[in-house]
Amino acid sequence: MALTFNQALGIHPQALSLRGRRAEVLAANVANADTPNYKARDLDFQTVLAGAKSDQLSLTRTSDCHLAAPGPSENPELKYRVPSHPSVDGNSVEPDRERAEFAHNAVNYQSSLTFLGGRFRSLLTAIKGE
Amino acid sequence: MSLFRIFDVSGSGMSAQTVRLNTTASNMANAESVSSSANQTYRARHPVFSADFDKANRNTPAAEVKVLGIVESSAPVRVEYRPDDPQADEKGYVYLPNVNPVEELSNMISASRSYQDNVEVLNTSKELLNRTLDLGR
Repeated sequence: MALTFNQALGIHPQALSLRGRRAEVLAANVANADTPNYKARDLDFQTVLAGAKSDQLSLTRTSDCHLAAPGPSENPELKYRVPSHPSVDGNSVEPDRERAEFAHNAVNYQSSLTFLGGRFRSLLTAIKGE
Repeated sequence: MSLFRIFDVSGSGMSAQTVRLNTTASNMANAESVSSSANQTYRARHPVFSADFDKANRNTPAAEVKVLGIVESSAPVRVEYRPDDPQADEKGYVYLPNVNPVEELSNMISASRSYQDNVEVLNTSKELLNRTLDLGR
C-alpha cells in the first residue's frame, strides 16, 4: 500500500490555496471600495472546491497551436456580487459585507491550516514510530 | 502564493486613500486663500480612482487601485465684497476657493475609514501568512 502525500493530506491543501485566492479577491474589493464603476467580485468556494475534488476532465491538444484549457482549480470562475443597494458612482462594493466575508474567510483559512497541521503531525508520528 | 498579492492590492488601496487625504488636507488648508482674480483662485482638488485591470489577469484576478489623476472642481469660485482687503481688485471684490468644507470633511472620514479597512485586511493576511509559515512545527 503506497501512501502518497495527496492521500495523507486530503482536500486541505486545495482548500487552503482556494481560501488564499478568495482572500485576494476580497482584499481587492476592500481596496476598490471607493473606485467608481468597480464591481465587487467573489469566488464561489463550494463550486470551485467541488471542481478541484472531482476528477478533472482535460482537453486533448492535438496541435501545438491549440491553447491550453486550464483546469477548474487553476482558474476559478469569478462571479459578480449582487449589491443590496445601488450607488450613484456604479460601485457595487459594500465594505461591511466585504469585511465580514474576509473575516469569515480568514477563520476558514486558519481552520484549514489547523487540519493540515494535524495531518502533518500524524505523519510525523507514523514516521517516528513512537 | 496569492496571499502575498494582498500586500500589493491593499497597499495600492492605502496609497490611493492617502492621496485622497492629501487633497482633502490641501483643500481644507486653502479654503480661505483669497486672490484678486477668478483665474488665480485655488480650486478644490479631488483624485480620480480606477481599478488597475492591466496587472490583473485570470491567474491573479485581484485588481489594484490606480490614481488616474487629480481633477479640479468646476464649481464657481466664491466672490465676496471686501474693499479693505489688500488682495481686493479695483472694484473691491476678492475671490475665494470653491472648497465645500462639509464635502471635504465627509471625504476625509470616508478616506480614513477605507484606509483602516485596508490596514485591517493587511494585518489579517500577515497573520495568516505567519501561521502558514509555522505549519508543521
